[in-house]
Amino acid sequence: MGKKMSGASSLVQSLESAGVDVMFGIPGGAILPAYDPIFDSSIRHILVRHEQGAGHAATGYAQVTGRVGVCIATSGPGATNLVTPLADAAMDSVPMVAITGQVPSNAIGTDAFQEADIRGITMPFTKHNYLVTDPDQIPRAIAEAFYIASSGRPGPVLVDIAKDALQKETDFNWPKELSLPGYRPQLEPVNQSILDAAALIAQSSKPVLYVGGGAIKANASKELLQLAELLGVPVVTTLMARGAFPDSHPLHYGMPGMHGTVGAVTALQKSDLLITLGARFDDRVTGKLSTFAVNAKVIHADIDPAEIGKNRFADVPVVGDLKRTIAALIPAVKAEFAKKAPDYSAWNASMNKLRETYPLGYDLPKDGSLSPQYVIERLSALTGPEAIYVAGVGQHQMWASQFVKYENPRTWLNSGGLGTMGYAVPAAMGAKVGAPDTPVWAIDGDGCFQMTNQELVTCALNNIPIKVAIINNESLGMVRQWQTLFYEGRYSNTNLESKRVPDFVKLADAMGCIGLTCDRPEDVDSIIKKANSINDQPVVVDFRVFKDAMVWPMVAAGTSNDDIMIAREMAPDWDSQEL
Amino acid sequence: MSKHTLAVLVENSPGVLARVAGLFSRRAYNIDSLAVGPTENPAISRMTIVINVESHSLEQVIRQLDKLVNVIHIAELKPEESVQAELILVKISATSKNRFDVDAVLETYDAVIVDESSETLTIEATGDGAKISDLLNALERFGIRELAQSGLVGIERGSRSLAERTLSVQSIPTAESGQADYQN
Ligand SMILES: Cc1ncc(C[n+]2csc(CCOP(=O)(O)OP(=O)(O)O)c2C)c(N)n1
Ligand SMILES: [Mg+2]
Repeated sequence: MGKKMSGASSLVQSLESAGVDVMFGIPGGAILPAYDPIFDSSIRHILVRHEQGAGHAATGYAQVTGRVGVCIATSGPGATNLVTPLADAAMDSVPMVAITGQVPSNAIGTDAFQEADIRGITMPFTKHNYLVTDPDQIPRAIAEAFYIASSGRPGPVLVDIAKDALQKETDFNWPKELSLPGYRPQLEPVNQSILDAAALIAQSSKPVLYVGGGAIKANASKELLQLAELLGVPVVTTLMARGAFPDSHPLHYGMPGMHGTVGAVTALQKSDLLITLGARFDDRVTGKLSTFAVNAKVIHADIDPAEIGKNRFADVPVVGDLKRTIAALIPAVKAEFAKKAPDYSAWNASMNKLRETYPLGYDLPKDGSLSPQYVIERLSALTGPEAIYVAGVGQHQMWASQFVKYENPRTWLNSGGLGTMGYAVPAAMGAKVGAPDTPVWAIDGDGCFQMTNQELVTCALNNIPIKVAIINNESLGMVRQWQTLFYEGRYSNTNLESKRVPDFVKLADAMGCIGLTCDRPEDVDSIIKKANSINDQPVVVDFRVFKDAMVWPMVAAGTSNDDIMIAREMAPDWDSQEL
Repeated sequence: MSKHTLAVLVENSPGVLARVAGLFSRRAYNIDSLAVGPTENPAISRMTIVINVESHSLEQVIRQLDKLVNVIHIAELKPEESVQAELILVKISATSKNRFDVDAVLETYDAVIVDESSETLTIEATGDGAKISDLLNALERFGIRELAQSGLVGIERGSRSLAERTLSVQSIPTAESGQADYQN
């Protein structure tokens, strides 16, 4: 027999037993019983200003620590406000547990006050979810939720608990074992698939390591570096994998995809073997799928068997934890190479030449105004690769992925799969809670910032001193870029006028943060240094940048990667390249 | 386009039908029929799903289905290696004049009359898809007033049972305290 207590206390004890040290949330009627024992718990509860903030904060925390992020909300609107962060976490495979209160079980189905079928709503984008109406089931549901969220391919799990289950008396029994007959993640790769992969690598002459976010989730950076150096071939890191492999490494060709480098995009296109490690052939990477890397065979290593063959046929599928997979692959490849040493020199030489011809770059605005790319480049140079960078969604996100130099995993956070504007400020808050001694910079758009900046109040009051660089181009810049390129410059509803309203410095000040502003290139360094010197308060810098800067290179949506443009109406000069 | 029959063992828990139906809908998989019912094990329900595979491979459908935590086991039932049947209840127009013709059809298809009125007969029949559609064709000329048809159910031929394969489930130890690092 366990200890007698309320369902609410059982919930809090369960969360403690699951190892939770912090959670983000807002109370309300249905979850209120839980907030009473939370008051006495060792778990730090951070009172956010919007449940979306709680969800993204849990994500930010999870992304930097690798632990499960936890958020908590009440029924109805509290729960529906978690919908976006849950969908976001599902797309980016983030381990998260969301706890929601539900109306009392006898009121479920009656359209009761603040009733929303959050389990039904979130079925498509949770890894699993629960509705608990029996208080005795609370510990088991919580234990399962944490196990499911953090094992295999990580993802969000929601536990919805009826108010009466929180109020009733129950015994607290933390389960010693879980029985999940339908859930058996395969961690250990099948040996034959490793041997097949090694053989295919040995036969190939133009292999590329196509590295995705799974490399970070699996903490496989060390093994990846060994494999890359063993093979000595180009490595590309997707938007979700920036930092999995050092940007300074000579084998690194940067990011592939819609705004990838010419080197990375072309290496994939011309390759004869994609060694795919925890990546999922997303449309933003492949461009028009039927024209993607048409001559390449594919090794596809992923922990999720459903990713294999979803978008692209895999010649050699390898299902398993990526750290173990790469660790197993290294000796297998060595054995193959011992039989016959590979010669990738021609391939490397031609890719190298291409990369040198088309490095990432940008033009400074002709009117002398501030270049957004320059701001981000200096931010990276002055803050360094040990800091954590968190982006919103839009042009600034792409520039942050291109012009910040990443050397370490878990230092780059963004909303890759869902593309959620408003991600940056709350995710940076969660990141800072998870890594309190590391500088955390949100690189946000003026549009994104206006969706979730209220969490700066939470940061100011809870000693979470994040820094925010608003890349203020007074517009929904990424949409504006598409209007420039595809809608004859008809700027329908993308002008935010955010150099007039709001006054970001005053706004920052009103929220208990330091507000700074910068609109001259010559002030950039000193203002960044000043922001970096403030560690006891959140800082917001309004970088007032050139409105018409564009993100290049670009593969237009739905077109082939072969049609990559390095600037407007400018393709690489393929004729002068020998590929 | 080809049809496949899947036998899916699921945990008998609330919402599991919604999870499966939702998966098929959001991934744009075509369901021909879906039948759910209890099994010899009260903790497990069985779904028989007939799908029309077009642009998605059968393998992809199975893998996505397998990701649902409540789905325990999936097996494809090949027609030659399984027994498959559905049930129909059909109300036809019948009078004393054509009753003799009706009886002849029923005999051919092993169908039985389960209810009758002055102008209708309600017929029950079971069988695989081909037999049922032949029967319906034969009944067409009497005038079909109403048709209720179950989804297909199926079971493998021979002594093996799907459930046996799900019994060897190991339990997972939980961490005593602190978050277990299940990944590494
Ligand atoms: C919640 C949400 N709404 C709309 C969009 C579509 N969208 C993508 S980028 C973008 C513009 C973002 O503007 P801003 O934050 O100023 O960034 P910029 O592109 O100017 O750097 C919009 C509206 C989105 N991704 N997310
Ligand atoms: Mg903008």
